[in-house]
Amino acid sequence: MSTQVTSGLQVRKSVELTIDGKKITTPEGSTLLDACRASGKDIPTLCYGDTITPKNACRVCMVELEGSRTLVPSCSRKVEPGMVVNTDNDRTRLSRKLVLELLGSSVDLSLTKNVARWNESYGAEPLRFGSPSFHHNDRDEAITGHHHAPDGKTAETVHQPVKIDNSLYIRDYSKCILCYQCVDACGEQWQNTFAITTAGRGFDARISTEFAVDLTDSACVYCGNCIQVCPTGALMFTTEYEMREAGTWHEEEQTQTETICPYCGVGCALTLHVQDNTIVKVSSPSDHSVTHGNLCIKGRFGFQHVQNNKID
Amino acid sequence: MATFSRKVKDAMDLKIASGKATADERDAVDSLLGPAPETSQGAERDAVGLRVSHGGESLRELRHLLLPVLHAVNDRVGFISRGAINYISQRLDVAPAEIYGVTTFYALFDTNERPARQVHVCVDLACRAMAGCTENNLPEGSVASPCLGTCERAPAVLVIETGVSPRFEVLAPATRNDIVELVAGKSAGTEQPVNAGAPQTPDSSLVLLTRVGIADPLSIDDYIKHNGFTALRRAFEIGPEKVINEVTASGLVGRGGAAFPTGRKWAAVASQPVKTRYLICNADESEPGTFKDRVMLEGDPFALVESMTIAAFATGCQHGYIYLRGEYPRAMRHLENALSIARKKNYLGDNILNSGFNFEITMFKGAGAYICGEETAIFNSIEGFRGEPRNKPPFPVEVGLFGKPTVVNNVETLLNVLPIIQSTGEKYASWGSTGSKGKKLFCVSGAVKTPGVYEVTFGATLRQLIELAGGLKTGSSIQAILLGGAAGGFVGPEDLDLELTIEAARAAGTTLGSGVIMVLDQTVDMVDQLQRIAAFFRDESCGQCVPCRVGTVRQQEALARLVKSSGTASASVDLQLLRDLGQVMRDASICGLGQTAHNAIDSALTRLKVFSA
Repeated sequence: MSTQVTSGLQVRKSVELTIDGKKITTPEGSTLLDACRASGKDIPTLCYGDTITPKNACRVCMVELEGSRTLVPSCSRKVEPGMVVNTDNDRTRLSRKLVLELLGSSVDLSLTKNVARWNESYGAEPLRFGSPSFHHNDRDEAITGHHHAPDGKTAETVHQPVKIDNSLYIRDYSKCILCYQCVDACGEQWQNTFAITTAGRGFDARISTEFAVDLTDSACVYCGNCIQVCPTGALMFTTEYEMREAGTWHEEEQTQTETICPYCGVGCALTLHVQDNTIVKVSSPSDHSVTHGNLCIKGRFGFQHVQNNKID
Repeated sequence: MATFSRKVKDAMDLKIASGKATADERDAVDSLLGPAPETSQGAERDAVGLRVSHGGESLRELRHLLLPVLHAVNDRVGFISRGAINYISQRLDVAPAEIYGVTTFYALFDTNERPARQVHVCVDLACRAMAGCTENNLPEGSVASPCLGTCERAPAVLVIETGVSPRFEVLAPATRNDIVELVAGKSAGTEQPVNAGAPQTPDSSLVLLTRVGIADPLSIDDYIKHNGFTALRRAFEIGPEKVINEVTASGLVGRGGAAFPTGRKWAAVASQPVKTRYLICNADESEPGTFKDRVMLEGDPFALVESMTIAAFATGCQHGYIYLRGEYPRAMRHLENALSIARKKNYLGDNILNSGFNFEITMFKGAGAYICGEETAIFNSIEGFRGEPRNKPPFPVEVGLFGKPTVVNNVETLLNVLPIIQSTGEKYASWGSTGSKGKKLFCVSGAVKTPGVYEVTFGATLRQLIELAGGLKTGSSIQAILLGGAAGGFVGPEDLDLELTIEAARAAGTTLGSGVIMVLDQTVDMVDQLQRIAAFFRDESCGQCVPCRVGTVRQQEALARLVKSSGTASASVDLQLLRDLGQVMRDASICGLGQTAHNAIDSALTRLKVFSA
């Protein structure tokens, strides 16, 4: 172990490990994912978000660690001196392929970034489990520990109707991969509102308010921090949802403008997503020192006044 | 105005949904937590109509009472209503959504109103094999349950009648007609004596079962008369280090299924710099086909109190938990009785037997979740969260319950400590084979004449165990034997000479797991057994990681296709798919549940060739 001075007086030790046969030096405390990415490896991630402690639930970032009986999640496993890691062999490739197939066969990943590319690179065929079943079973009513036995003709999915219960954002849990990021952002990691939770168990596990009540009856404060961290488009501004439904959402034509929220003195950074000279959604840079991607209802949704026509 | 703004601030913390607790629900909660100490703690709203909060840090430390409070309400009214969740939310300062998430994690709780009397019918492996019910032919008014751990008397039924004095009864064996009568309100009657589950007893020459059927399980005097607390006294004499040395020398390994060396685990906790430490006895025995812990807890509950006290003394734990599955009412009664007497007689509490050692044990009741037997899921469950496993590392010996170093041992593992300390680790290690030391309990069920828990020295063969259980039932021939439960594997009649040691099982490509030996004869539908195993893992997956959450569903679907396609060319596609699923569930799941969810099915495909392409 050697030491290096990083910033100011803080001395951070380095750790040496081997990744795919090459010796790598990386700061102590980093994860295998950090180390792999720093050395140019393309490790897919889905549930990993840069502002939330990884839940390592999706298991798409698994790598082989010599001496470990199972594969290990690179997003949350910390580096240790002398580790020997393989990121790209038959075992890790089969694991990623299967995980992509399991998710792709049960969840609508059409808005999840990079999935098409990963499916191709790992040879994932989500349809090999059978054609997806879209019958509307009410997942909010599932009884824990009980299920209807499948006949094998179709592959069960998490399909369910889009939840539209307020004017600011929608929840399309057919697209939910259960990464837990929205729950963690709403709860103890950022917002401390605890409006949503994971309910049920197993395949019936789902993100829910208490008794699946509408958001308007829940503790939701409409900060939209859950939308910010959602990696699959399951949580979406109503503006975006309606434009997508109408076929008028054109992300390639949109511009992004950085500004500071005008409402109070905190100084939150806003990224205004603009299409046809209209703000269509608001986010905040996840690496911003003030917000870490988080806003309140005013910064997130209070933009309409900017584009209301002045009284002539 | 100052008061007003404080309340507004507090009220921001917790928004309570509509729904008011009934008097019964409030009373059930208050019976555990005491009456709400001030109006702001869960009482009516204030004059201004604000939703008042209650409390701050001191209440937040009560989260570990969430499961006990949910049990209290469920036992009183049979389900968890919106009003009940609101009231609990106010009393414990936990958001309603969080409580809903925890409630819906457990199969014994329901958020829908249901009748006061619930008849849970076991539809799992041993009971189906003994002509019990399946999910599809349950008598009206009864509900399907996973293994109730009463396999020696299969088929089994658990009756829960909620109310001010809730009643829990087990009836086994139960005919279809019995179930109909139980639903109609008939009592299950008196259960068989505790030693009925251990046919070798009474026999004081047995080591683990030595008191079962001999000493009254409710009497501490009887326990003491039969060698009780001699090991604890010796432990106090020789000191913690020597206790750990003896346990290490004994070669004892964990009996819950993972076979980790107990001495090493204890030494790891004992050497932690953090001094607040916990001991958990894992009595969440839910592996289908397993009932040894239940028989021991019902038949010799003081032995667990003594062995836990020794374990805590050796490892420096101040507080212990017994995490008992919610489906074991008699074990619960016997343990609660033992704990209360042990406290009175100073075998628990401060300065135990003038040793200067303080130790207390809390009973903790599970609520229908196989996953909570996983050693880190058990922490989340006790802490009042969903019973989802945690990522390892860090390991429990460093960061466990409430973030502190924690010893988690199975019931049988702990009970083995008594003979080790009563004599020596060396003596104990003289029993058994090179790789498997000491005594082992096996749960023999299915097509044998006298099913039950059997104690043997490691090294007995499968054939000897079956003979010990009276041999095969008349007219039965072996079709398959399930070793180690649903997470274990099948072997065939050709494997009867398999030595039941950890190393021999491993060499033969199978596992002893939790000690299940389920003998399935020619009348059993193996395809049905496999489908039940797949359904079990699907129901019991916590849902946290993708390989297990979706993999267990895809495994079940593939089996459903194979039932029809077996023998045709299209079967090979699904057989390959199952192999892929098996490998990735084993390689990429977070915990042992997903990692073993394909084991039994894999063994049935490769050893028994249940399906062909």
